[in-house]
Amino acid sequence: MGEKLLMKGNEVIAEAAIRAGCRFYFGYPITPQTEVMHYMAKRMPEVGGTFVQAESEIAAINMVYGAASAGGRVMTTSSSPGISLMQEGISYAACAELPLVMVNIVRCGPGLGGILPAQCDYFQSVKGGGHGDYKMVVLAPCSVQELYELTVEAFNISDRYRIITMILGDGILGQMMEAVEFRDVENIQNVEKPWAVTGTGMKREHNVITSIYIDPEVLEAHNRKLQEKYRLIEENEVRVEEYNCENADVIVVAFGTVARIVKNVIKTAEKEGIKVGLIRPVTLWPFPVKTFEKYATVPKAFLTVEMNAGQMLEDVKLAVNGKNKVDFLGRMGGMVPTQKEILDKIKELIW
Amino acid sequence: MAQHEILIAGFGGQGILSAGRILAYAGMLENKNVSWLPSYGPEMRGGTANCNVIISDEPIGSPILNSATVLIVMNSPSLEKFESYVTEGGMIITDKSLVTRSPLRKDVDVYEIPATQLASEMGNPTYACIILLGKFIAITGAVSKGSFEEALRKVLPEKYHKLIPEEMKALEVGMEYEKA
Amino acid sequence: MAVVFKRPHALKDIPMHYCPGCTHGIVHRLIAEVIDELGIEGKTVGISPVGCTYNNYEYFNCDMVQAAHGRAPAVATGVKRVNPDNIVFAYQGDGDLAAIGTAEIVHAAARGEKITVIFVNNAIYGMTSGQMAPTTLVNQVTTTTPFGRKPEIHGHPINVCELLSTLKGAVYVERVSVHDIKNIFNAKKAIKKAFKVQMANLGFSIVEVLSTCPTNWGLSPVEALKWLRDNMIPAYPLGNFKGKDLEV
Ligand SMILES: Cc1ncc(C[n+]2csc(CCOP(=O)(O)OP(=O)(O)O)c2C)c(N)n1
Ligand code: SF4
Ligand SMILES: [Mg+2]
Repeated sequence: MGEKLLMKGNEVIAEAAIRAGCRFYFGYPITPQTEVMHYMAKRMPEVGGTFVQAESEIAAINMVYGAASAGGRVMTTSSSPGISLMQEGISYAACAELPLVMVNIVRCGPGLGGILPAQCDYFQSVKGGGHGDYKMVVLAPCSVQELYELTVEAFNISDRYRIITMILGDGILGQMMEAVEFRDVENIQNVEKPWAVTGTGMKREHNVITSIYIDPEVLEAHNRKLQEKYRLIEENEVRVEEYNCENADVIVVAFGTVARIVKNVIKTAEKEGIKVGLIRPVTLWPFPVKTFEKYATVPKAFLTVEMNAGQMLEDVKLAVNGKNKVDFLGRMGGMVPTQKEILDKIKELIW
Repeated sequence: MAQHEILIAGFGGQGILSAGRILAYAGMLENKNVSWLPSYGPEMRGGTANCNVIISDEPIGSPILNSATVLIVMNSPSLEKFESYVTEGGMIITDKSLVTRSPLRKDVDVYEIPATQLASEMGNPTYACIILLGKFIAITGAVSKGSFEEALRKVLPEKYHKLIPEEMKALEVGMEYEKA
Repeated sequence: MAVVFKRPHALKDIPMHYCPGCTHGIVHRLIAEVIDELGIEGKTVGISPVGCTYNNYEYFNCDMVQAAHGRAPAVATGVKRVNPDNIVFAYQGDGDLAAIGTAEIVHAAARGEKITVIFVNNAIYGMTSGQMAPTTLVNQVTTTTPFGRKPEIHGHPINVCELLSTLKGAVYVERVSVHDIKNIFNAKKAIKKAFKVQMANLGFSIVEVLSTCPTNWGLSPVEALKWLRDNMIPAYPLGNFKGKDLEV
């Protein structure tokens, strides 16, 4: 058990990565995640690691591509416009099955937008912002402690499946301070990477990292292999928090920061005799479909609350599959839904 | 069960963010649940700063305050903006040296302290925010003086530890300040 | 009484949001004065970068476009190709132009694009709180070079004017500074010439302006001016690199 520290979310991401054995970080400055870089610039030299400020996000993701190819535990962090620039590299890395960890501290868009909190990159991360049939594991922490735990987990998942894992947060998570305890260093799994390009040493066949498959049959076979891997992940890696769902009249669905606001609402509602539950997907992909099957017959309705125009809403609807009403409350542009407006919406659904 | 929702607001450079952080740290040292959230929007360059601090016996839901039990204000625009945030029975503490009008709310306790002036008399105007926190701590007992001192030691870099006695004196000035 | 100092028409009458002592405001004023003196406000289109000056479209009275980070020269190219009679300028910081936008600036210059770039070099990323820029000096401490910029780790600073002047399409290349009155005066002359080169359809023109960032350098405004003079000018010599003798 470690000591409790009061730390900023962004710094915890960096510290967690280092504790998880990440020794290579490539990034380009962008608000509201710059503290990750500042922390890495100081800490990486202390642990003998490498920190490079790239000339752009396009360069950063390709440095990550190279480092992952060489078998390094590697990470990059950015925020929405920077993540957009990385999409080409993401698609290539997904096809080449490179394990790597990315963090998107989302800001409000589209375009240059603003730096305030938003969840408007759900589609981009969950449905694939780059080209082609690929998936990444997307983790949505809601507290500073969870930022630590899920960052460590992200490295484990990436290495286990040779997949990209993305942590999707927002400026509130990145900027806030909470108590954090660094505890599970023993949880860090180290995986052999015999596929990495480290030089044959004249002892083995050459390794190749590539994402080009000109022969359609070969490319289809490769796609099938990727899809099988994705099904396996859907089977094994779903993470979800169910809160107060038994006996609830309305179940709110929310992830990240918004889920915390909803927890406050649940308490207030309880005092007024209204029973509200919360489903908080922790993995946005793979999506916790089975949890929705379990509660599909909640008496009144599901209410999805997001800081976007209704993105996770589509996955909730698919999971509920027409068995119940799914309503939506969304704020955009850096506006954060208030407890009052969520409670008012719940009351509307009940009456 | 107690939950203190503290909103500290004023100009950048008044030490608001770091004072809030020390308060949160002190709460954590007493095994309470704490959160600290700074304003980080584009207004930063315009010079305003505020932070939300929550100290609670229970797990903290949202770190974003839509209302506050305590408002500590260090400039007039922040009083305009946040006076209505304070919950009934809560309190407003203003730095009377900088906030030109008195709070209008009748349903909250109001303390007006010329903190910047008192701090300047101590030789360091940046202690003003600590003085105001002193008043808050004295009234609510949200954290103990001892924890605050311990938090200073944890938060401040080693080379500033020699300032801790001064900062504690500022805290006491606030704790003991009575309206004339 | 004669008015000797008034706001140029090309600048709007609203306060700028820059930090005290930041020289971005001076550069804006010089551009506006030049636009006034050349009488081109009505046909000028400016491109705003991503950086502290991201919203300088609010300050100029001419038409303005906001571009993505580093892409201003490409956006300027598009604007100019649609309406070749427009006078098109791009305003860019050192991170914007010399890091993420290196490809765009090099190729706009190589194509001899008939645009004018005002390149504000303050040796730092101002907007995002003081990270290393491509122009950060050796040993300079920034938030991403906490132990100082070390060439063996972070590479050497990029001298943009020297680099671009090797390209045939770049016809007017000059570096100026705004740390005192005399230099501000020179800076204005260079900016005016750069615009005139564009008006004469001669090719790509760029003026690099050495500028301060007191906030992220951690200096007072006056100290910052001195720091620029004593540290930046030796690394980035002032003067003309190309097109000195162009008659415009
Ligand atoms: C794609 C993308 N990456 C990163 C950013 C964040 N960003 C905004 S301004 C800036 C650097 C600006 O530095 P500079 O060009 O030197 O301008 P200054 O602020 O110093 O004038 C960065 C990295 C962004 N907006 N978009
Ligand atoms: S941060 Fe630097 S460049 Fe930006 S406005 Fe302030 S002084 Fe100017
Ligand atoms: Mg700059």
